[in-house]
Amino acid sequence: MRFVDEFRAPELIAKAGKEIRRLADPNRHYRIMEVCGGHTHAIYRFGLKDLLPANVELIHGPGCPVCVLPMGRIDDGLSLAGQPDFIFAAFGDMMRVPGTHGSPLEYKARGMDVRIVYSPADALKLARNNPEKHVMFFAIGFETTAPSTALTLMRAKAEGLRNFSVFCNHVTIIPAIRAILDSPDMRLDGFVGPGHVSTVIGCRPYDWIAKDEGKPVVVSGFEPLDILQSIVMLLRQLRKGEARVENQYKRVVPWEGNRAALRAMAEVFELRPYFEWRGLGFISQSALKIRASYAQWDSEQRFSVPGLRVTDPKAAQCGEVLKGVLKPAQCKLFGNECTPEQPVGALMVSSEGSCAAYYNYEHRKPVTIASAAAN
Amino acid sequence: MCLAIPGKVVELDSENTNLAVVDVVGVRRRVDLGLLPDEPPLPGDWVLIHVGFAMSKISEVDAMDQMRTLAMLGEADAAMEEVRGYGLENEEQDESNQRLKQ
Repeated sequence: MRFVDEFRAPELIAKAGKEIRRLADPNRHYRIMEVCGGHTHAIYRFGLKDLLPANVELIHGPGCPVCVLPMGRIDDGLSLAGQPDFIFAAFGDMMRVPGTHGSPLEYKARGMDVRIVYSPADALKLARNNPEKHVMFFAIGFETTAPSTALTLMRAKAEGLRNFSVFCNHVTIIPAIRAILDSPDMRLDGFVGPGHVSTVIGCRPYDWIAKDEGKPVVVSGFEPLDILQSIVMLLRQLRKGEARVENQYKRVVPWEGNRAALRAMAEVFELRPYFEWRGLGFISQSALKIRASYAQWDSEQRFSVPGLRVTDPKAAQCGEVLKGVLKPAQCKLFGNECTPEQPVGALMVSSEGSCAAYYNYEHRKPVTIASAAAN
Repeated sequence: MCLAIPGKVVELDSENTNLAVVDVVGVRRRVDLGLLPDEPPLPGDWVLIHVGFAMSKISEVDAMDQMRTLAMLGEADAAMEEVRGYGLENEEQDESNQRLKQ
């Protein structure tokens, strides 16, 4: 098997574009939020906006774990990294995210032991191989990643490994969607639901969005055709005045999710009473903390953490962009002071961040396959 | 980081039942099967891998779809870098890798 860089069914893509234009009521303006940063990336990369009529607007959601983490948490994590015989391990995505006194990469340049790992299990292995040092894994991610951290902690406990801990920043997607729907300056008509988060949580947790809020949700895959089909499915529901949860990504997402993954999360984590999100502020029961039964492996229970609250650089408008109130290019810093090479805000760091996606694909205006298909 | 990488299970680890050798576009790495205890993958099965853990079993056709998605998204290189970076190999292999690097 190889990677194949070709569009699946370009004729179907053009057809989906036509169907969207047919379904969209010209007297109505549709605001559809794609929750997941992976979808945001795909939408910009393929120029899918060019296939949509002007009255079908895509709003970028909060599903980028690096982007929603407030700077205070990065500072808190890095404040522990200066201890002697201490290894700070994190995914590559975290390495260039700015803290008040620099990114993890800059801390490394100053001589601190900062390591990139590709799996929490590799951080655990670092601890096994370095018994004289403490290894802290700086964990980020939604429900896609949280089960892997949970299982890693279960392994650490089973082995009685004492020199390993997790600084847990795992967040959950549902409360963030609730916060966005509760926000007074936000009017949305429907959601393109996250793909890989849903492999874990399944489709049921979105029921309330349809039943209580009256807004359709379609869990979607990541190919251009997937995203366009999901928009077609949303518009069909809206046209009939329906609000249901549908699964466009059946080939990967089981309706019930992954129960074993949910069991591992329940064994290790409990909900925090509240957690601060960049842009969205404090959201109750929106993040995971490590249970007391795993206190020895919880960096926050084991070490003294300052608990910093840091506001974002003044001119940066990451919060407004994260909430979908501003488009990336409407931020004053976009493209001049803040670029993927020299990011001021986290949304410019991660490939799933809407600013990086906008900068790389829209700002530089490449010829997109979607724009070709539109003609 | 929310994208998942498809791989084919080559063999189960005889010593650690949680691990399996998985082939991703010719690169073989150990991944953790601990999140699929209810339907443990067997050699020949395809799985979606995320941060070193198999998240779900998928069909071969869906695995190909996912490969194409990663390539189209420009994430193929990042996916391969991630897979190559998984360090769950056993110690002897690590040492031989070290020797190769030197």
